[in-house]
Amino acid sequence: MNPYRFSPDNAAPASPARRALLAGAALLTAAQSLPALAQLQTNLNELPPLPAMEEFLAGRRVQFARMQLEIPRVADNGNSVPIKLGVLGANAPGAVQSIHLFSEKNPVPRMAVFHFPPAAARFDIESRVRLAGTQRVVAIATLADGTLCVKVAEVLVAIAACLDGS
Amino acid sequence: MADARIQVPPQVRRGENFEVKIAIRHAMETGYRVDEVGKPIKRNVIRELVCKYNGAEALRVDMSSGFAANPLLQFWLVAVGSGEVAFEWVDDAGTRYAERAALTVAG
Repeated sequence: MNPYRFSPDNAAPASPARRALLAGAALLTAAQSLPALAQLQTNLNELPPLPAMEEFLAGRRVQFARMQLEIPRVADNGNSVPIKLGVLGANAPGAVQSIHLFSEKNPVPRMAVFHFPPAAARFDIESRVRLAGTQRVVAIATLADGTLCVKVAEVLVAIAACLDGS
Repeated sequence: MADARIQVPPQVRRGENFEVKIAIRHAMETGYRVDEVGKPIKRNVIRELVCKYNGAEALRVDMSSGFAANPLLQFWLVAVGSGEVAFEWVDDAGTRYAERAALTVAG
């Protein structure tokens, strides 16, 4: 029998030292990616200062509840970022009038406005947006009674869209 | 090649919500890019998209360069009767587009 034949039986078992080394390497990798995430602002309970958004709000009060805004926390490519919008507990016809979407860094801050007719009964929207860099995105739903529901999300964008040379 | 693909369920029951998907073929040119000789490429994005279900407005979207190229949109409608789901959209160049899909409502 060929003594050099490889088989799982004669493969060396992972030693404790090797295990420790691998665990250490994994920790190091995790630690190195932390500074990037630490750059993200954690306070998502206040609105970013955006003239276009303030113009729309016109001093009206908002509540940080019910609005749903699903967007990846880290986006590889800002040219196409999947986004999901919805309003919790809004099932009645006409419960939501519109959903506005604002961007903190895009050259066009008012990204989209979705207008729902009085007959609409489900207010979930999915689409793909462009993001010009790491920033906060704000979704504001106008309910039938005039209540404004807000959700702020922050996205780390690796490759920004709209590279305008500036 | 059509300007857009619309997807509706093959059949829906009256009164039910159903999902509509539309994928539009459009470059959504932002106006910030330059061509191979350095000349700025004129902005041309879809400004407005309207969805009508059997003639009644079902969703209106004010769009911008904030939408990805070849925009995709998924949303929900309430089934009120067989007919058609029709879309119309207009871009900065002033071109008007239209696309429609037939819908069968049971019950």
